[in-house]
Amino acid sequence: MIAEAGLAALWLAAALAALQLALACGLGGDQGRRISTVRALALSQGLLTLFAFGALIFLFLRSDMSVLLVFENSHSQKPWLYKFAGTWGNHEGSMLLWVAVLAVAGAIVALFERRLGERTLSAALGAQAALALGFFAFLLFASNPFERLSPAPLDGRGLNPLLQDPGLAFHPPTLYLGYVGLSVAFSLAVGGLVRSEVGPAIARAMRPWVLGAWILLTLGITAGSYWAYYELGWGGWWFWDPVENASLMPWLAATALLHSINVLAARGGLRAWTMMLALIAFSLSMIGTFLVRSGILTSVHAFAVDPTRGTFILCLLALYIGGALTLFAVRIAHVKEGAPFEIVSREGGLVANNLLLSAILGIVFVGTLYPLIAEASSGEKLSVGAPYFNSVASPLALLLAGLMLIAPQLKWRRDAAPILPRLAPGLLVALAVLITSFILAPQIGWLPRLGLSIGAALLPASLLPLFGRSLRRTPLAVWGMALAHFGVAVAILGMASDSAFTEEKLAVARLGDRIEIGPWLVEFRDVTPVAGPNWSALEAELRASRGLGVTILEPQSRFFAEPPTTTNEAAIDTSWNGQLYAVLGEQDGQGRWQLRLWWKPFVTLIWLGGILIALGGTLALLGRLTRERRQRILGEEAFA
Amino acid sequence: MKHWFAFLLLVAAPAWADSELPPARWANEQLPDPRQEAQAKALMEELRCLVCQGQSIADSNAEMAGDMRALVRQRIAAGEKPETVRRWLIARYGNWVSYRPPVEPVTWPLWAAPLIFLLAGAWLLRKRMVRRRS
Repeated sequence: MIAEAGLAALWLAAALAALQLALACGLGGDQGRRISTVRALALSQGLLTLFAFGALIFLFLRSDMSVLLVFENSHSQKPWLYKFAGTWGNHEGSMLLWVAVLAVAGAIVALFERRLGERTLSAALGAQAALALGFFAFLLFASNPFERLSPAPLDGRGLNPLLQDPGLAFHPPTLYLGYVGLSVAFSLAVGGLVRSEVGPAIARAMRPWVLGAWILLTLGITAGSYWAYYELGWGGWWFWDPVENASLMPWLAATALLHSINVLAARGGLRAWTMMLALIAFSLSMIGTFLVRSGILTSVHAFAVDPTRGTFILCLLALYIGGALTLFAVRIAHVKEGAPFEIVSREGGLVANNLLLSAILGIVFVGTLYPLIAEASSGEKLSVGAPYFNSVASPLALLLAGLMLIAPQLKWRRDAAPILPRLAPGLLVALAVLITSFILAPQIGWLPRLGLSIGAALLPASLLPLFGRSLRRTPLAVWGMALAHFGVAVAILGMASDSAFTEEKLAVARLGDRIEIGPWLVEFRDVTPVAGPNWSALEAELRASRGLGVTILEPQSRFFAEPPTTTNEAAIDTSWNGQLYAVLGEQDGQGRWQLRLWWKPFVTLIWLGGILIALGGTLALLGRLTRERRQRILGEEAFA
Repeated sequence: MKHWFAFLLLVAAPAWADSELPPARWANEQLPDPRQEAQAKALMEELRCLVCQGQSIADSNAEMAGDMRALVRQRIAAGEKPETVRRWLIARYGNWVSYRPPVEPVTWPLWAAPLIFLLAGAWLLRKRMVRRRS
């Protein structure tokens, strides 16, 4: 009954989306374009999809095996958190989540957006409804999450054990909220282009959505990276895997958009460019979903492979992206550009930022899709992986970080003051670190060495925009910018330190053996069996000591019966200057065990940096929202 | 307790190894010479595990990845250059095995992409910035 109610809600929501699109196209005349009509439609759509998603969660929590999706992806013995998270740990459920977020975002825009003209807003909401309609159709015709199974089996097949992890339970929804948050920027850009209303008002309406989506993407990518780090058991934190790239591309586009939107909001410049980025950012979210969901790229994340549905999504993509770019090409001539500026100015810095980010984005895009293109055109099977991305994208990323030493301190429009004094603190730190690294660590590669120097230089330089201001009167958004840039510095230092100083010990050890790694002495003391709710495991006891400090590490090799899988659960000891990472492998014929140990100095800074970046974004978002609210109240008072 | 442990090992055995053969020497052990090990490690990170999904042989549990690690370490220990080992593997498995794409006509666009993007971006944005102080 619940399943049927959920399905009915989906159909109804789809019908409302179709109606809303028809009204936005003018089928209902001016009456149909009225904001009160549009608002009611968008709101009921959002509530209906939310209800459908709630129904699916309920079915998973109740382990209702008469529903095909629950049977295939759940098991009654699973802890409740993973039943809950199992809702989106599969193709249909995650697409339902996607649509739910899309529809709710539309409802929120309809209810709260006050900066735009009525016609532009209803055009934008029409675009949002068009997006939703396509994905409703995809759900209803090609991936119905509520399909029944008769007779109902006794129990389900279980969830991929790799996904049974608290971190991963919330990784997909975070990313999806980010992906789909960008849909609002897309729709607003469409509305603005259709109505030729591209200006600061559109930028201000977009900004909170772009910021919010960007914060969630940042957190999602950071969390996903940490998950891969501790769950895959080889100490790597980024693999340039196609699915990782699929989340990185919208992030890069959103980062560029986030910066260019400020030029449009503050100075009225970069109109066409910003609109194009807004269209591209969500297009990349859709492409990312297509890459992941269609199974066209095989990768470690391929738990959701389903090639038959690829064609459907591909058609949707062609329709939306093609349509949006056509609209852009046709309407852009009607968009007037804002005030010009000199190269040495805040705008100039932001343009350079956008240029570099777009180039990095292009590299990731081409690198991810090139094997497909090469295979389709010449039949040659190629691999494009870390060596390509590291050698091509990393120098540009470091250049971008170098730009951050000065650009945030520049004035809008024209900055005639000498640059060098403002650049000096960063440059001095960079030089000091560079020289020290040559003396103390002559063996490390040039990329990590430059990373250490620029990362260290950026620590003080990122805070310079706060210097010389009255800190109490500094807008929250400026604090946010400084904090986010500081986070970039921290993350770069973590990455550089990890690739420069990591030590690795792969040992085949007997009980009682001692292994030295970094500052640690690790003693292999025992292996014992342990049992969990739906797994059994072998657990090693490793006693790690350095100086007076002693810590016990207990890495596990876990065996899941349903479905049969073995996973390595790494044991990680975090201290202020790094992580000791231990994995228990197989036993050989002579009673010796494989042990994998890593000492990773300051590796935690990578994810700490990610969190700081997201925190900076949150400050900026709060600052923008409270300031606008205050201005609106002041405005209303002045009017009264 | 002991019995249960034995039972557990018995049950777990199929999932622990893909075959009954013990892993090759050097599959999970490092070379004694740190310089050679560093070379081998750098190469292993750039080689695709052919039976995995998007993993290098340096970070895969698959048996075949272990065999390839052993092969790489043996050849490096025997004094071969990493590039020779890579070419040997490419000759057998094709370019698919190496994560570093070769520089061939097929991949020229790939290697030219960064420059093309920078130039195209600069061209698109050129009008916004040409005006010097007036």
